[in-house]
Amino acid sequence: MLAKRIIPCLDVRAGRVVKGVNFGGVKDVTDPVTLAARYNEEGADELVFYDITASHEERKLFTDVLEKVASQIFIPLTVGGGIRTVDDFARVLGCGADKVSVNSGAIADFSLIGRAANKYGSQCVVLSMDVKRVDGRFTLFAKGGRENTGIDAMEWARRGVGDGAGEIVLNSIDTDGVKGGFDLEMLEELCSLVDVPVIASGGAGCAEDFVTLFKSVPGVDAGLAASIFHFEEVNIKNLKKMLAENGIPVRI
Amino acid sequence: MIGIVDYGVGNLFSLKSSLKFLGVEHTVSADKEELARCDRLILPGVGAFGDARAILKESGMDVFLVEQASSGKPLLGICLGMQLLLEGSGEFGSHEGLGLISGRACPLKGEINPSLKVPHMGWNSLYFLQKSKLFRYSNEGDWVYFVHSFYGKGCGGDTLATADYSIPVTAAVGRKNVFGTQFHPEKSGKAGLKILRAFTEV
Repeated sequence: MLAKRIIPCLDVRAGRVVKGVNFGGVKDVTDPVTLAARYNEEGADELVFYDITASHEERKLFTDVLEKVASQIFIPLTVGGGIRTVDDFARVLGCGADKVSVNSGAIADFSLIGRAANKYGSQCVVLSMDVKRVDGRFTLFAKGGRENTGIDAMEWARRGVGDGAGEIVLNSIDTDGVKGGFDLEMLEELCSLVDVPVIASGGAGCAEDFVTLFKSVPGVDAGLAASIFHFEEVNIKNLKKMLAENGIPVRI
Repeated sequence: MIGIVDYGVGNLFSLKSSLKFLGVEHTVSADKEELARCDRLILPGVGAFGDARAILKESGMDVFLVEQASSGKPLLGICLGMQLLLEGSGEFGSHEGLGLISGRACPLKGEINPSLKVPHMGWNSLYFLQKSKLFRYSNEGDWVYFVHSFYGKGCGGDTLATADYSIPVTAAVGRKNVFGTQFHPEKSGKAGLKILRAFTEV
C-alpha cells in the first residue's frame, strides 16, 4: 500500500527560506540546505521548493541551492514558482528537480501543461492551485493569491488533469496561515473529481490536523506545510509516529 | 567503474548524485567501447517502452547489452530500464525486450483495484520473495519510491521482491548477474542508497 506523504514546503528567496502569513508579510527563516537536510533526517517524503525570487540574480541563487540539495538528499523534489515555459521545466529539471509545479504560468498559457506533459511525462507536471471561496464558489486565484481569475477551480483542475497534469497541489487561501486545519470540504470536492494524486496545502496548525486530513478525506495522498515544520512546532518523525498509531500508512 | 548507459532517456541527475555520494566512480556514456571497459552497467529509463527499445536497437545497444550481460558483467535496469530487460511489452503495440529476465511489461490499469490511482506513484514497501545480493543491506519492509504505469508480469522465479498495490507488483527482478528495480533507488532515500551500494559489490 502506498504511504501517505508528508511534504515540507520551502519558499526560497535570494537563497534563503522565508515564510509569510496569509500570502502576506515575509520573514527570513534559514538556510535551505540545512533545513532540507533536517527534513530528510526527520523522514520527509518529498520536498517542495518554491522560487519566490524578485530578480534575475536571485534566480541564480535559487538554482544553486536546488542543485546543492538535490545532490545530497535523495528523495523526490518538486520545484515551483515562476514556471512559464517548457524551457523553465528544462532549467529546474537539469538542477535535480523531479517534478515541476505550474500555477500562474498555466493560467497565463493553459497549453503549457500539455506541452510539458508531452515532453517530460505527466508524472513530472504538478498543477498547483490557489483557491478561495467567492460567493460560495471555489474560485481560482493567480499571482500568489492576489488576483481573482473568476475561473471555477474544480473545472480548472479537471481541465488540467485532462491535459496531462499528473498531480494537484490544492492551496486553500481561506485556511492558509490560519493554522485551523486543512480545508477538508474543498479537498473532498477535488478528490471526487480527479483521479491523480492530490496534495493538501494550507491550514495545518498541529500534528492532529494531518490525522484529521487523512481520516476525513481518504482520497488525499499527501499533506504539505511550511511554517509548522520550519519553526519546529511539528516534528515530522513524531508526526509520522502519530499517523501510524492512527492506522494511516506512512514511511517510517 | 560503473557505466550509466546514456540513450537520451530520462533525467540522470539523481543517479549520478547518488553514486557520487556513495563515492563510486561512474561515467555516463553512449559509447560502447567505453561502456565495455566498465565493470558494471546501469540501464536507466523513463518514458515509453517502444521509443526506448527503438533507440537501443538503432544504436546496436540492445545487442551490446545482451553480450555484456552474458559475459557475466553486473547489469542493473531501473524503472523503464528494468522493463527493457524483460521478454517484451504490450505498451502501445507489442515490442520485444532484451529477454534477460522472464516476463512482460503490462499496464497496471485493468489488473489493480480500479479505485487505485495510476501511475503507481509514491512510497511503497518491499516484500522479499527470495534472498538476493542486491538486498544484502536492506530489510524487508523498506520503503522505496515508485513512479510507473506498467509493471513486469510473469517474471516468475526471477522476481526478487514485490510491493503491494492491491496485487503484488513486481518491485525487483534478478537472474545471476542481471538485476532490475521498478522503483527508483536513487530517489528512495537511505533505503535506495543501500541497494545501489549493494549493486556496486555484486
